[in-house]
Formats: sequence, C-alpha cells, structure tokens
Amino acid sequence: MADALTIRNLRKTYDNGHEALKGIDLTVAPGDFFALLGPNGAGKSTTIGIISSLVNKTSGHVDIFGHNIDNALVKAKCQLGVVPQEFNFNQFEKVEDVVITQAGYYGIPGKEARKRSEKYLKQLGLWEKRSTQSRMLSGGMKRRLMIARALIHEPRLLILDEPTAGVDIELRRSLWDFVQQINEAGTTVILTTHYLEEAEQMCRNIAIINEGDIVENTSMKELLLKLDRESFFLDVKQSVPDQAAFTGYAVRRVDAHTLEVEVNKTQGLNGLFRQLSDCDMDVVSMRNKSNRLEELFVGMTKR
Amino acid sequence: MGIQKNWIAFCTIYIREVRRFLRIWPQTLLPPAITMGLYFVIFGNVIGSRIGTMGGFDYMTFVVPGLVMMSVVTNSWANVSSSFYSNKFQKSVEELLVSPVPNWIILTGYIAGGVTRGLMTAIIVIILSLFFVDLQVFHLGITLLAIILTALMFALGGFINALFAKSFDDVSIIPTFVLTPLTYLGGVFYSVSVLPDFWRALSQVNPILYQVNAFRYGMLGYSGVVDLSVAFSIMVMTVVVLFTVSLHLLNKGKGLRS
Repeated sequence: MADALTIRNLRKTYDNGHEALKGIDLTVAPGDFFALLGPNGAGKSTTIGIISSLVNKTSGHVDIFGHNIDNALVKAKCQLGVVPQEFNFNQFEKVEDVVITQAGYYGIPGKEARKRSEKYLKQLGLWEKRSTQSRMLSGGMKRRLMIARALIHEPRLLILDEPTAGVDIELRRSLWDFVQQINEAGTTVILTTHYLEEAEQMCRNIAIINEGDIVENTSMKELLLKLDRESFFLDVKQSVPDQAAFTGYAVRRVDAHTLEVEVNKTQGLNGLFRQLSDCDMDVVSMRNKSNRLEELFVGMTKR
Repeated sequence: MGIQKNWIAFCTIYIREVRRFLRIWPQTLLPPAITMGLYFVIFGNVIGSRIGTMGGFDYMTFVVPGLVMMSVVTNSWANVSSSFYSNKFQKSVEELLVSPVPNWIILTGYIAGGVTRGLMTAIIVIILSLFFVDLQVFHLGITLLAIILTALMFALGGFINALFAKSFDDVSIIPTFVLTPLTYLGGVFYSVSVLPDFWRALSQVNPILYQVNAFRYGMLGYSGVVDLSVAFSIMVMTVVVLFTVSLHLLNKGKGLRS
C-alpha cells in the first residue's frame, strides 16, 4: 500500500525571498498518528498549505496515498481532509449547511451528504446546533464544526493544524478521544500542536521542523530515549530540613514539603527514595518538572 | 471528478450563491428596484414628457431597455465581486481550494450566480416599467442573447475584480469609477446619433454602448448607430477573453495562493 504522505525535497521560497522550506523529506505511513512539530515560523503551516493546495510550492514532490499533487491533484485531494488553524468557514451559514456544502464540493449527492452530516454532527456534539448560524457557536464548537466538515468526504488522511488551540480542557480531551477513534478506524492523522504532552501521548511518530528543515524524524519512543536527563518534583509529607542532603543526587529544596531532583536516565530514583525513607520522610506524590518531549523540542529548536 | 460529481459541485456553488443574494435581498434586489423606480418616475413623469421622442419612440419607452441593462451590468458585477471577495476575506474560499472541484467549475458556479442576480434584477425592472410604458419585445432571441451575454461579461469582470482585490474598497472602485461612467455614457439615456461627430466616434469605444443598443434592438427594433453583428461579435469575444483570463488567474492562484 502506498504511503499516506510522501514528501521529497520540498522547497518553498516566498515572493519576499523568505525561504520557508529548504528541501524537506517526510514519509507518513498509512494508519499512523503523526506529529509535525516546530516553533512558530518553522515551516509547518507552509508544509500543510502545500499539501492542501493552498500554497504553491517552489519545487519538490508531494504524493498523497500515491497520488502526486502535480499530475493527479483531484485524486490526491479526495484522500485529504484538513482542519486549519483559523476558522475558515462561512460564518453566516448554518452549521448543517457548512457541512453539506462541503460534501457538495466533493460531488456527494444531497441524500448521502445529509446522512453523513447527521452522523458527524452527532458524533461531535453539534447536532442540536445544526440550524444555528455558525458565527453564533462558541470557539470550541467552531473547532468541532471544522472537524465535521473535514470528515464529510471520509478522507484517508486527516491533517489537524493546532486543533485544540484555545479549547478548554474538557473539550480538548473529548476531541482527542474522537480523533483517536477516527485513527483506530484506519484514518491516518497528522497533527500539529503546541501542547507537546498531547503529541507525546497520542502520536506514534514525529517530525520536528525548524527554520525550514526537518531536524528530527523518528518514532516517539526513539525520540524520548534520546532524553538523557529528567527533572522531577517530589511532594513530601513531612517537613524537609533546610540543610537536607542526599548522596548521589542533585536535589534542590523548593519549599518545606517539595523537592526538585534531576536524574540521568541510567540513574533511577530508588536510591533517593531509600534515603528519604531512612529519614522517615514519605513521598506522597511525584511529577515531571516539564513534559519530556518539551525538553527535547526546546533543545532541537533552540536558535 | 466525473461528470455527475462535477454537476453536484456546480449546483452546490450555484445554489449557495443564489441563496446568498436571496437571503440578503434588501441589499441585493431591493436597491435596484428603488433606484429604477425613481428613474421611471423622474424620466417618465417629470422630464420624459418634456423631451418628446428619441429614436422614434417616446422618451420613457426609449430609456427602459437602457435602465434594464444598467441594472444587469451593476448587479452581475457586484454579486460576483462581493461574494467571491468576502469568501476570500473570511478565508472560506479555502473550502473550495482544498476540495477537488475543478477551477472551471468554481468559475462557472460563481458566474452563474452573478448572471442569475443580473437577470432577476432585470425582471424586477421590467415589471416596474410596465407601470409606466406599454412594453413590447421586438425580437425575443436577440433580447435574451444580449442580456445573457451582458450578464456573463460583467459577472466575469466582477470575478477578476475580486481576485485582484485586497480590501473591500478595491471591490467598489471599479463600479464607481469605471462602470458607472461607462454606463451613463453608453447610450442608456440617449441615442448616440444625437451626439456631435467627435463624441459619437468616442462612444464607439465604449463596450456598454453595444450591449445597450443590442438589447434595445431586441425590445424596440431600434439599435441606433450600432451594427448588431458587430455588437454580438464584441460581446462574444469579450466573454471568451474574460473567461480565459479568469480561469488562467484562478489556475495560477492569483490572490488566493501564496
């Protein structure tokens, strides 16, 4: 089976001379849940723009499920659903009309379009709002509407560009549950997000783009193995003395009940727990100082 | 996409366009009715009776075809330019650009919407005119051909305007500074045969003159100084050229893709 997405030597130089992409290569396997990460201005949106025909490439090749965007654009577009970062539907149309109109652009007959519209609006909790003018929806509902619209032609590759930006936690979780279901049902998902813990939890493979180049392209597991140091906060039940010292560990007393410890990945925390236990101190909880992927991301994209 | 899918895509764009201008009818259909109603009152009852005849017809009868064409020109243009530009402005045009709809279907869908609005306003103006004149149709085929070609031509012009427009001001500049003067000087209110030689010759380069007089011939059997075959040749050629230019710009992504 052809790869969901194949990008070869993709370059983009804008009219103002800015070189947004410097010849990137990328492959996304069918059924993958893939993270495309990078700081602002790294080239993520340009890449997505070229894949979805909203940006003209300068050179290079893009295939979507084996269909080249230069000589089989219609077939390539039929495989693709895009949820952009900005709301880009007609705000004066009713919710159901936004979705059904999009179905029409894909040549889906009215009866089938209405059936699918009902299915996706119900799945995304928008069915009760189907007759509401879309500009009256909340930000979260507008995001869900864009997902319903992107799915109406049942694409094999779904690109989600910052889909949870500005969305509350509850809705973000329900959105991810939904997207994971879609992925488990066989749809390939490419995700860009600034919430790196989301990418770490959900994506199997990852590419990090920085200043128009792919600086990392591997599995999430492989990438996280590269992290050689991690920092943790330990919440301690008893009060920790000011002068407390722990052999073999770099420990900082944050306050009377909180310690910050930095360990390398071969070291482990058992020794520290043992020392705390010897001092009659109970650890009641423990958490990462920062997201593991975030640590790597910052290191790779540092300018 | 196959023929059936293309047809569904075309109908989707066309129906969306028609529903848009019907939904906002106080902005799209009512103003030409009021404006043309005022023209009829002023030229029919106030000024028209003092002018007498023009081209062998009483002034009110003479001016009706011109006023119909004036509303077709402005409304066909305005529908496409404002609708397409506002889709660009809202970025909802991306829905279309991401989809597999061929560019020629996008173009024909928008143009069909513009032509429909132009023809609907023409019908409204003709119905209004019946309160003031006994309207006749000299040649139905020529009348329809002239009005459809005119609506097509200006809908295409509106599309190109919207592609280049970078602000809502850009959408109104051409109607205000180009279309309105050309329409007023295009024989809507007078026969160019009454002009001095120099102005009559200058009028010949105004494309709207040919449309107004071809339509006037269809309704009244009077075309003034305009040769019908020349008029229709110019209209057909202009439509073909504008369609080709529009499609080329759309294929290039002018004003749409960076």
